[in-house]
Amino acid sequence: MAGNTSGKTAVGTWIGFALIMLWCLFPVAWIISLSFKSEGETAAGSAQFLPKEPTFDNYKAIIDNPDFTRALINSFGIALIATLLSVIFATLAAYAIARLEFKGKRLVLSLALAIAMFPVVALVGPLFDMWTTFGLFNTWPGLIIPYMSFTLPLAIWTLSAFFREIPWEMEQAAQVDGATSWQAFRKVIVPLAAPGVFTAAILTFFFAWNEFVLAISLTSTTSSRTVPAQMSFFVGPDPFNPPYAQLATASVIVTLPVIVIVLLFQRKIVAGLTSGAVKG
Amino acid sequence: MTATVAPEKDVTKSGKSGKSAKKPASDRSSAENKLGLKLVAPAVVLMLLVTAYPMLQALYLSLFRYRLTAPDDRAFVGVDNYLTILSDDQFWLSTGTTVLIMVVTVAVELVIGFAFAMVMHRIVFARGLMRTSILIPYGIITVVSAFAWQFAFSLNNGFVNAWFNWLPWIAEDTNWFGDYWHAMFAIMVSEIWKTTPFMALLLLAGLAQVSEDMLEAAKVDGATWTQRLTKVILPNMRAAIMVAVLFRALDAYRIFDNIFVMTKGAEGTQSISFLTYRQVIEQMQLGLGSAMSVLLFLSVLLLAWLIVKLFRVDLAQARGEG
Repeated sequence: MAGNTSGKTAVGTWIGFALIMLWCLFPVAWIISLSFKSEGETAAGSAQFLPKEPTFDNYKAIIDNPDFTRALINSFGIALIATLLSVIFATLAAYAIARLEFKGKRLVLSLALAIAMFPVVALVGPLFDMWTTFGLFNTWPGLIIPYMSFTLPLAIWTLSAFFREIPWEMEQAAQVDGATSWQAFRKVIVPLAAPGVFTAAILTFFFAWNEFVLAISLTSTTSSRTVPAQMSFFVGPDPFNPPYAQLATASVIVTLPVIVIVLLFQRKIVAGLTSGAVKG
Repeated sequence: MTATVAPEKDVTKSGKSGKSAKKPASDRSSAENKLGLKLVAPAVVLMLLVTAYPMLQALYLSLFRYRLTAPDDRAFVGVDNYLTILSDDQFWLSTGTTVLIMVVTVAVELVIGFAFAMVMHRIVFARGLMRTSILIPYGIITVVSAFAWQFAFSLNNGFVNAWFNWLPWIAEDTNWFGDYWHAMFAIMVSEIWKTTPFMALLLLAGLAQVSEDMLEAAKVDGATWTQRLTKVILPNMRAAIMVAVLFRALDAYRIFDNIFVMTKGAEGTQSISFLTYRQVIEQMQLGLGSAMSVLLFLSVLLLAWLIVKLFRVDLAQARGEG
């Protein structure tokens, strides 16, 4: 009897496994397949899943498209700089929150919580106004600054959760040996905290890589438009017939970094996503 | 034992243990106080610079008739902008659409996400493969997800009509972006596909908190699978569910990317975020748009408060323990 139920459970788990894989990978397979369809095929209408005659033409066209390559550079530059700066600031703050007693700690945490829930669109108007005044409209810093602000809460939570796990006796030992709080932080804790910092960096990078509302509102030309923004404005020569295959190709290219990061760091990402949110 | 709503509590707790561990001399503690403030200052300034200050500016601008294309026409109008918005059908229609998307997607994601979490919790093989796969929709750009599903539902180039025309309500020539309900369905599919993994991972972490001993005891006492689910598993996961629902609901309420790409707000599918964006960026109505921003912000606050109340998880109490 018991064997029977556990057998049933195993079958259920197998089916569940297959369904999850299908769920996650099928749409990805679909855009990959679409990216190999020729322009002629999509223009004529092609309801089948796989391309009739697979072609690399779309990849050539996209890579030769200066607007797209420029957007790719913008995306990488903006996301990487925002990630780096955000993680530095978050590390300092999370250390203080996890380790030090100071007034206003609770206020900082409430602020972070509030900002994580903030409707980004509500800022588009005033930020647009401010950025045009300060000359930040349509520039890299014009996107980097808000991206930092919106990734700080997530980074601070993830990091303070990681910092709690660090063996702090080592810091105290360093202090006993005559190191100041700052030296103890820099020489002992930073190396121990590096994995957590790295996880926070991945989550921050994902946010900046994905961000769309500010990317279309605070830019006006390809000089600072990121890939998601560029893709949404990419109409192609015929406005009544969107360039399906080329958009799919751009989608595949912009998804590649995500897949690489996920393949390399899946364990860290899952730990980072859940550590700040749920605790027993 | 009970899982708690976390970040604040965790952190304040560790703060507390830090305090009790070393009851410092007063100059030492004042130095620590100063260092703490110095370390959080850059992050706090940055967060406020891009949120609090612009929000105050929005509050101010919302009291003016102010259009960027006609800056000389700027004039103080009091709460007129708010009255205009609150008496406008468009506003209420898009609020309705937004709430509908939020309720349906979060409900569906909760069910599917829970099923995924159960499978991931039970599974003994290919854990790495599964984790990698489930992170792909999470990491993929929303705009890409929107394009993928828009093309899947497309009349000429999509496979959905061709594959599912045996269903009575789908035909070869079903136009998924031609009317409200079809378009909403497509938008929700994209939203659900992309965000269910996040829900599943949070629920998986909650599931890991449920004591195996307790489940085993319930099993021995003859509890059925349904009883174990509703009497043991779900109550012990309440905090995890609450966190997942709170984050996802507020996220879904801000839905923008999918709508922008898939319908551009056509067929009445514009969300409240999309309407605000249009007022500000396309129509350059800074006064009216700012008033909408303020209303959007207030509705998010209200929503957060409602969810916290609904799940009876007392954030303040959790924090007060520290």
